[in-house]
Amino acid sequence: MFFSFMEELRTAGISASLKEHLALLAALDADVISQSPEEFYYLARATLVKDEALLDRFDQVFGKVFKGIFTEYGQNPVDVPADWLKAIAEKYLSPEEMAKIEKMGSWDELMETLKKRLEEQEKRHQGGNKWVGTGGTSPYGNSGYNPEGVRIGGESKHKRAVKVWDKREFQNLDNTKELGTRNIKIAMRRLRRFARDGAVEELDIDGTINGTARQGWLDIKMRPERRNAIKLLLMLDVGGSMDPFIKLCEELFSAATSEFKNLEFFYFHNCPYEGVWKDNKRRFSERTQMWDLLHKFPHDYKVVMVGDASMSPYEITHPGGSVEHFNEESGAVWMNRITSTYPATVWLNPVPEKQWGYSQSTKIIKELMNDRMYPLTLEGLDDAMRELSRKHGH
Amino acid sequence: MRFQGTDNYVATDDLKVAVNAATTLRRPLLVKGEPGTGKTVLAYEIAKALGTPLIEWNIKSTTKAHQGLYEYDAVARLRDSQLGEARVHDIKNYIKKGKLWEAFTAPQLPVLLIDEIDKADIEFPNDLLQELDRMEFFVYETQETIKAVERPIVIITSNNEKELPDAFLRRCFFHYIKFPDRTTMQAIIDVHFPGIQKMLVSKAMDIFYEVRDVPGLKKKPSTSELLDWLKLLLHEDMPLDVLQSRDPTKAIPPLHGALLKNEQDIMLFERLAFMARRPNN
Repeated sequence: MFFSFMEELRTAGISASLKEHLALLAALDADVISQSPEEFYYLARATLVKDEALLDRFDQVFGKVFKGIFTEYGQNPVDVPADWLKAIAEKYLSPEEMAKIEKMGSWDELMETLKKRLEEQEKRHQGGNKWVGTGGTSPYGNSGYNPEGVRIGGESKHKRAVKVWDKREFQNLDNTKELGTRNIKIAMRRLRRFARDGAVEELDIDGTINGTARQGWLDIKMRPERRNAIKLLLMLDVGGSMDPFIKLCEELFSAATSEFKNLEFFYFHNCPYEGVWKDNKRRFSERTQMWDLLHKFPHDYKVVMVGDASMSPYEITHPGGSVEHFNEESGAVWMNRITSTYPATVWLNPVPEKQWGYSQSTKIIKELMNDRMYPLTLEGLDDAMRELSRKHGH
Repeated sequence: MRFQGTDNYVATDDLKVAVNAATTLRRPLLVKGEPGTGKTVLAYEIAKALGTPLIEWNIKSTTKAHQGLYEYDAVARLRDSQLGEARVHDIKNYIKKGKLWEAFTAPQLPVLLIDEIDKADIEFPNDLLQELDRMEFFVYETQETIKAVERPIVIITSNNEKELPDAFLRRCFFHYIKFPDRTTMQAIIDVHFPGIQKMLVSKAMDIFYEVRDVPGLKKKPSTSELLDWLKLLLHEDMPLDVLQSRDPTKAIPPLHGALLKNEQDIMLFERLAFMARRPNN
């Protein structure tokens, strides 16, 4: 029963196992639910999905298998800010088209028209997931963005009776990550090793026996509990040349978050300067000052920087070299501040080690890091963790 | 034995199915969701609805899996042996039962709540795999096996601070309590404040969802905060027009302390109010 459903789930990346399949059958046998499709959907969901990030995918697969509709997994609508569309429209439209738009009125009115057109289309195609694609003269179709992404309709304004799973309420929880991070986690465990510090609260049996034998009376010895006391600061380069390595970085990131209790992460672009950020969507509005960061986290934090170190050398060596903003002090100055504040700092580079020699900036960064640059491979990660766990005098 | 929600807990259909599946098949139910959406309360309510006792095991970062089974107090025994106490001869005197043991041997079928399992070490869930699967464990010191008379109903909550291992997840049913929409929220409020002024609720909910929609909030207020806030509003006898006549220059809702729990969030609201005060806006 439901074999194709299970297969589809596994293809979509939901690793439902035999055990869960049997549990579902057992639940059906035990008449847990009444015979309604909604309840079956709820039961299947509770049995087969164990991560809210996968709920959306489950909804899609469920919809596909049990209704025979076309699933849109893999072509999710992209959120496009209205400003972008406007910019693109202005950029690519011929003067006549611009005039036409002028005739239509303001941008808002334009969007209003688009909305109406969308609704028409909704009726025709049923489902409304297709591109607008009116081709040529339409400013919206041109760029090929999914209109849902523009959020013109707002939250489900087309009052259709939708099935629960078609509502796709868990959409924004799907962050598509992980799978195969176990190796990275194991490499990171190297950092866990000597973590017996903190309050003495565990009975040291060997020590107690030893002490008692020596003293002739009961001599209780206590010792600190083993704990992962490592504190980690993860700084990730995002955007631009790092795009090909996104998956690798995600794996590293998700492995690190599950492995360390004291983990802080920040993003930078190409080279760290006076500001870093935590949320890429708000990278310009919500920045953390590097000075604050250096002062906030004590010296015993271990710093792992991840980046391809491929940039123009000026971005490191010269003030004002940053591609994104005007930096008053050069990247090298900031790099030095980081390495001197945190003696245990390594740089992980996703670019294969063989190619490092061809890039001037990589050499500079490597020098600034005192050679502590490691390739983002299991072996390199292992070496990096070993370097981090070395005793650092300060 | 079917869970239908209770007088003061509104359960959505999907939650009911998940709870019933877990109670019927006696497999653990893992509940996740935003803080304050009623994960822990769910266990209380299931126990109440089924008329069974609740055994609570609150997990902390220092909690170890074996503490849920039993603990052997070697230090006490060592001390007693020095003092020549008679009870030292029976090792059973030094074995303290944990919550799982309690649940397994309870005279009446209990609901066992393992609260905030993600607070503990990452190995913690793995250490409980067999125990939760077979509902039995072996006491090494006394060489006996403790086996559940009847498999208890196990509710596990998680705030997602750590990922749980796959092997553990496979043994559970899973439910994600999603943030209640307006209708569900209305039902929840009705259950908690019967006879509350409809206008007040509707205004308060407007403000509440507005607050939740403000981008960049560190901690979004959730159900429990809305309930607290309503309680405060009622207690203070807040006149309705205070909520109604909100001008944009006062972005901070009255008695905001119940909704905003973070000074940065309050600052954010003050900034918004300031921006709204500026002319030409």
